[in-house]
Amino acid sequence: MTPFQLEIQLVAIIVAAASALPGTFLVLRGMAMMSDAISHAILPGLVVAFFVTGSLSSPWLMAGGALVGVGTVALVEAIRRTRLVREDAAIGLVFPALFSLGVILIARYAGDVHLDTDAVLLGELALVPFDRWIFHGYDMGPKALYAMGGVLAVSLLFVTLLQKELKLATFDPGLAAALGLRPTLLHYLLMGLVSVTAVAAFDAVGSILVVALMVGPPAAAHLVTDRLDRMILLSVGIGALSAVGGYWLAWALDASIAGSMAAVVGITFLSALLWAPGRGLLAIRRRRRRQRWTFAHKMLTIHLAQHERQPDQPFERHVEHLQDHLHWEKEFADQVVRRAVRAGLITRQGPQLLLTQAGRSLANEAIVAD
Amino acid sequence: MEQLLTDYTLRTVALGSALLGATSGTLGTFAVLRRQSLLGDAISHAALPGIGIAFLLTGSKVPLILMVGAALAGWAATALVMVITTHTRVKYDSALGLVLSVFFGVGLVVLTIIQKTPNANQAGLDAFLFGQAAALVTSDVVTMALLGGMALVMCALFWKEFKLLAFNEEFAHSLGLPVRRLDLLLTTLLVIAIVIGLQMVGVVLMSAMIVAPAAAARQWTDRLGTMALVALAVGAVSGLAGALVSTSTAHLPTGPTIVLCVSLLVAVSLLFAPRRGLVARAVRRRLNSRRLQREAILMDLYRLAAQHEATEHPHSEGALMAMKPQAGRLHAQLRQLEHEGLVRAHSPRHWVLTPEGVKTCQDNRRGQNGS
Repeated sequence: MTPFQLEIQLVAIIVAAASALPGTFLVLRGMAMMSDAISHAILPGLVVAFFVTGSLSSPWLMAGGALVGVGTVALVEAIRRTRLVREDAAIGLVFPALFSLGVILIARYAGDVHLDTDAVLLGELALVPFDRWIFHGYDMGPKALYAMGGVLAVSLLFVTLLQKELKLATFDPGLAAALGLRPTLLHYLLMGLVSVTAVAAFDAVGSILVVALMVGPPAAAHLVTDRLDRMILLSVGIGALSAVGGYWLAWALDASIAGSMAAVVGITFLSALLWAPGRGLLAIRRRRRRQRWTFAHKMLTIHLAQHERQPDQPFERHVEHLQDHLHWEKEFADQVVRRAVRAGLITRQGPQLLLTQAGRSLANEAIVAD
Repeated sequence: MEQLLTDYTLRTVALGSALLGATSGTLGTFAVLRRQSLLGDAISHAALPGIGIAFLLTGSKVPLILMVGAALAGWAATALVMVITTHTRVKYDSALGLVLSVFFGVGLVVLTIIQKTPNANQAGLDAFLFGQAAALVTSDVVTMALLGGMALVMCALFWKEFKLLAFNEEFAHSLGLPVRRLDLLLTTLLVIAIVIGLQMVGVVLMSAMIVAPAAAARQWTDRLGTMALVALAVGAVSGLAGALVSTSTAHLPTGPTIVLCVSLLVAVSLLFAPRRGLVARAVRRRLNSRRLQREAILMDLYRLAAQHEATEHPHSEGALMAMKPQAGRLHAQLRQLEHEGLVRAHSPRHWVLTPEGVKTCQDNRRGQNGS
């Protein structure tokens, strides 16, 4: 691994961590699409700040973008409050307009400089090591490392200092307001943080990867855990893993780094969707199936117990009778019997089914419990 | 205008953009009413890998093939969003954001792989990011017309069902309509409407063509049919205007120009639509408060008169002002009341109730006591 590769991955990991922190709260608060809106809408702010300062790494760029980001949120809110359109439509109206403005500004007035539209959408992580911070003749490493490191520090501060407030405002906004926690202020702080992260990250990874890293890892973590602190840690971990994995995927395919990272985010989410313990699709399916057999076993033992030592016993405990009495298909009935024999609940004597002691107690338990 | 009829490029572009606006406006009407405004965003971003993979597999740039690829990818994205939201606790917005960014990322991977293949045919795939009206040729327009026409015809055929789906899904279900299949059909039509516009507007901004015409149209009417027609018109006009401006100006990408045009129409609609518009609303509020103010002045006059036995006892504006010092524009309001025949001038700056004014006040009184 060359130093450049190491630096690229380091920046990517920091971007992933810095995105996952505010992203967790976006996902929990049902505002994930705001990351999409903000990361697109900041473009005109960046372009104007770029024209004014003439540099892509000026802190004014960050300020301009963040200002437009928060302005976007305010505009969406203002349109929603007229009640002329719903919130989702308001989002869908505002950010394409602002993004279009930015793209046109670039195409008209900045066509020849580094700022081009592809870079905005896709970012160019591979270029990160070439924009270095030289301090008194010493090479301090890529500038992006410091920009993103700063944003990560702010995010960490935000999440740790306001942990209680964020938690309450996220899970019980009514109570938070009643306790005087100013959820609106918190909302705009969070949106400001999302904007700053998006601005700092756009140069390196592009607006789409920001969305992927803000929404994907927290959504995957949400499938795995119920606790907020664990969800935050998991999101950061999943994000970092996807970033590194995506880098090497891009290396293997010789393809877009940002795109590969987004793809790996998708893969990790799909894995969580399928295999998350207890809550993944496969776990759900397994549980449903197990419940089906358990229920069938109970039915069978109860049925046999009901007719034990009754005059109709020989008839009722006949294998074929299950189809009539319990309305089971023959195939299903055979399977249940086989499994019940294996589980030691019944024994077979020819076509006759006899309860074992275990089966009898299962039936008793089931009847008493219900 | 003459140019529009003779110039090949302009004519193609005009036709294409009108078609695009018409289909996306109509289908967008349903999407917006069903709170699926942002689904369009996910579908259009998700179309990118479809386009790339279709090109990789077939090596062809025939619009129909690329559109089929885009439609399949967009459709898969929608299905995935549905699976995620119905089977897990992940919310709709997160599912949308995730699917959108991941599909788009895969699309970028595919596009960068294509760029590295030694295939001269690849140029132009980039245009799918922000659209390129100038590259439109007749066969593209024919494809757009076929697909768009099909979508519109289906929309007309299932009009009643879709209407029910948009406004009262439970009721549709209780009537025994196959809601899930209708939902699927409507989503498929939405996917088609989006795919048609990709070449013109690009995957990044196509969602605006779904949301904006419908949102603009919603302000002008309360009827679904009218709304769809207005949305169709708004979409077509802004598509046409944006495409023409961008083809006739250098360095002006088509997609963003069209989006700015349609956004302008939305802003105009939000502000100036009769009845719902913000200006109409402000005017109405103003007129209402003026009317209430006038009523209060009239009642003051009545109360003053009641102290004098005779209702035609005149009172000065000064006395009225003393009763409601905050009432501005007193003189003008009294003139208006005079115009309505409720008061008349007795001497300069002195007013008296007309018999009709007295009656109005008594009615008001009764109404207030009654309630």
